Amino acid sequence: MNVAEMAELDDSIATMMDIARQNGLDFYPMRFEVCPADILYTFGAYGMPTRFHHWSFGKVFHRMRLEYDFGLSRIYELVINSDPCYAFLLDGNTLLQNKTVCAHVLAHCDFFKNNATFRNTSRDMVERMASSADRIRQYELQYGRDAVEAFLDAGLACQEHIDPSTYGRMQRRRWWEGRYQEQRGMAHDDSLRQRPKRSPYDDLWELDDSGNASRNEATDVGRPRFALPQKDILLFLIEHSPALKSWERDILSILREEMLYFWPQLETKIMNEGWATYWHLRIMRELDLTPEDAIEFAKMHSGVVLPSRTSINPYHLGLAIWESIEKRWDAPAKEGERRIPLEGGGGRAKMFEVREMENDISFLRNYLTKELVEELDLYLYQKVGADWKVVETDWEKVRDSICASRVNGGIPVLYVEDADLNQNGELLLQHAYEGVELDLRHLEKTLPHVHRLWGRTCHLKTVVEGREVLFSCDGKRVQRKFM
Amino acid sequence: MTTNTEFSLSREDWSLHRKGHQDQERHQEKVKQAIKDNLADIISDEGIILRDGQQIVKVPIRSLDEYRIRYNFNKNKQAGSGNGDSQVGDVVASGKPADASGKGGQGAGDGQGVDYYEAGVSLEEIEEMLFAELALPNLARKSAEQVTAEDVEFRDVRKIGLSGNIDKRRTLLEAIRRSSRSGDEGVSIRKDDLRYKTWEERDLPDSNAVVFALMDTSGSMGLFEKYAARTFFFWMVRFLRTKYETVQIRYIAHHTEAKEVSEEHFFTKGESGGTICSSAYELALQLAEAEYPADHYNLYPVHFSDGDNLTSDNDKCIQLVRELCNRSQMFAYAEVNQYQRNSTLMSAYSKLRHPTFRTAMIREKADVYKALRTFFSPAPGEGKLA
Repeated sequence: MNVAEMAELDDSIATMMDIARQNGLDFYPMRFEVCPADILYTFGAYGMPTRFHHWSFGKVFHRMRLEYDFGLSRIYELVINSDPCYAFLLDGNTLLQNKTVCAHVLAHCDFFKNNATFRNTSRDMVERMASSADRIRQYELQYGRDAVEAFLDAGLACQEHIDPSTYGRMQRRRWWEGRYQEQRGMAHDDSLRQRPKRSPYDDLWELDDSGNASRNEATDVGRPRFALPQKDILLFLIEHSPALKSWERDILSILREEMLYFWPQLETKIMNEGWATYWHLRIMRELDLTPEDAIEFAKMHSGVVLPSRTSINPYHLGLAIWESIEKRWDAPAKEGERRIPLEGGGGRAKMFEVREMENDISFLRNYLTKELVEELDLYLYQKVGADWKVVETDWEKVRDSICASRVNGGIPVLYVEDADLNQNGELLLQHAYEGVELDLRHLEKTLPHVHRLWGRTCHLKTVVEGREVLFSCDGKRVQRKFM
Repeated sequence: MTTNTEFSLSREDWSLHRKGHQDQERHQEKVKQAIKDNLADIISDEGIILRDGQQIVKVPIRSLDEYRIRYNFNKNKQAGSGNGDSQVGDVVASGKPADASGKGGQGAGDGQGVDYYEAGVSLEEIEEMLFAELALPNLARKSAEQVTAEDVEFRDVRKIGLSGNIDKRRTLLEAIRRSSRSGDEGVSIRKDDLRYKTWEERDLPDSNAVVFALMDTSGSMGLFEKYAARTFFFWMVRFLRTKYETVQIRYIAHHTEAKEVSEEHFFTKGESGGTICSSAYELALQLAEAEYPADHYNLYPVHFSDGDNLTSDNDKCIQLVRELCNRSQMFAYAEVNQYQRNSTLMSAYSKLRHPTFRTAMIREKADVYKALRTFFSPAPGEGKLA
């Protein structure tokens, strides 16, 4: 990108933003940064420019960098869910590629700003991560790099097990309030919970009494000491682990906060990429392109939506679903589709509604139709002997299986089931088995990390070959026991 | 460039941003450390011993995975999309399908990674790490006497010298050149054309090592036993080559009788029958006496056996081993004993005390590394010499 190209890009961004706004896209102020490949790949590996240091990011960076150097794959851009929205463009891209990328990014930003899943994400995460990274750096100076690194290893192994759901938050709050009331000898009564508060700081005044109040531990009897079962394992460890020092708790909180921030992106990958692809197509079509540019754009776009025989390309599937929604609501079939108003013409409106209300699972369940599955030739494959073979082409089974693979962002669901197993303070995690087995080698290597965070024997219950199995780690070795 | 509040487009100087490189370096450090920690497994890996001239070996490093609770990829149904008419039973891929990597997006990575991290390591790097831990035992005795020999070598040509050493060819060449330069007809040799060969005195390190590889090839020696022996000899010879100019290996196979065999025969052919180890020791002694005088060669007899020797032969063995020990830098006895059998030979040798005599027990692959470290460490009371 030379100076003239930068100036031209500047102009066309202004044009594209106008086009986007006319079409109803609503985004934060944009900060586009053109940076060299090294930097873009660093950001890609860390997920955020300001994130803390860890060797695993270095490993990802190295791999991505190699793939770029060998021309195997390339990242065109990196966009950050923040206000203002930062987008990093690759210096090595051609002008036209960067134009496309800008159009793509505008739609991402619209999605971040308006999709319900993202409602609770912090929009100042760039700064937050920078200050967290500073704190971790301080801990390194204070407690030694190896100690902090080893702790991060353990924390990162468990970081995916959080609970971003509103339901989980409500349950946890209820438990804490119940405990709070009992400590004061108050009846556990839901009507008390409804008591209006005069200001948000009332609970601070009540802290004064807590020293004097006769803390009757006996009332704890008969009432669970922990809010169980709890899906937010990271939070459970932060609140209840007997083994953690305060700096370790802080690091876990950092990891949890960052995971909560990234989580909606896991839950809306197909929608979000499809939405951005849909819009870069529309916006680029509005620009005056020379024939050469038009061909270059077509090449780039088709590279992005290239389907794969062994995986789902979110750009490809997402775009197809969005376009099908538009078509079906614009010109509804005469009969059969009873949910669609027959007068038609509501394509765009419907799309904006979906973009606001849904996530990948509901998106796939509601809008991946029989026609789409057949048109895209989606299938399920599985290892049969040494080969991977197609085992299912029935559209409902294919759709359900893709939906299932998106549950919990594609990460196995675990619960804290008991934190005082054998009356010995042992931790029991339960895998919510729904037909897909866990990777046992990884499981056996992860349990010691959980042990590091809990400090006592940890167990994990799952199902292998149709039988319940209990994996236990006492800090030295991992054993498995069929139930 | 723009100072618009709605958007800005800028290009900063990122040259001081080294974060990715720093963490990459830390990762490499950890890879190195992991290789060091896993040397025992790595050096007994088939891939290295049987590699065909490749200098880079892929070493699986298991401790560097980022472990997570995740689904079993192999037992799971995956979705894909075909060209339009995929049928049940179509083969999608053979072996493991490629990584699900689309255009890298933001957020935490969610692709299924490879099963373990493979680091490309050059053989030299492994050697460097391995050999840093090894030392030649009992070297003191020899080094004092004669580690170098003087040698005379003609390798220079000068204008002045002894007439007996005239280099006729170069002299003639000079004469021809000079004549054609000055346009003379015919060739005459002048004093200026004369060239003499001259010699230099050189100190040649006189360091030759001979390894006597003795192995039991009786029926009880199976694949694993031979593999352990082969791995051991591979690294041992490589190690000795870093210390000596030349290293020869003589292979002696034995059951009830001993004979010298080729390398291929040594490692691949098995024979049946009982075991009389003394036969091999006798042959080794004969060879040493006949071909390898003790003041010119460093002897390293190494014997691999499963320890199942004829009991009546044990006393003779001890006596012969003592004799071999006297002549050698080190005599090593490695017993490959996978199943913890009671061994007659090891118990017999346990009473033998000699400064150059060493034993090791190999129960699993990784013990080859332990054996190397046992054999190639300074003798007790001896400083680190290597």
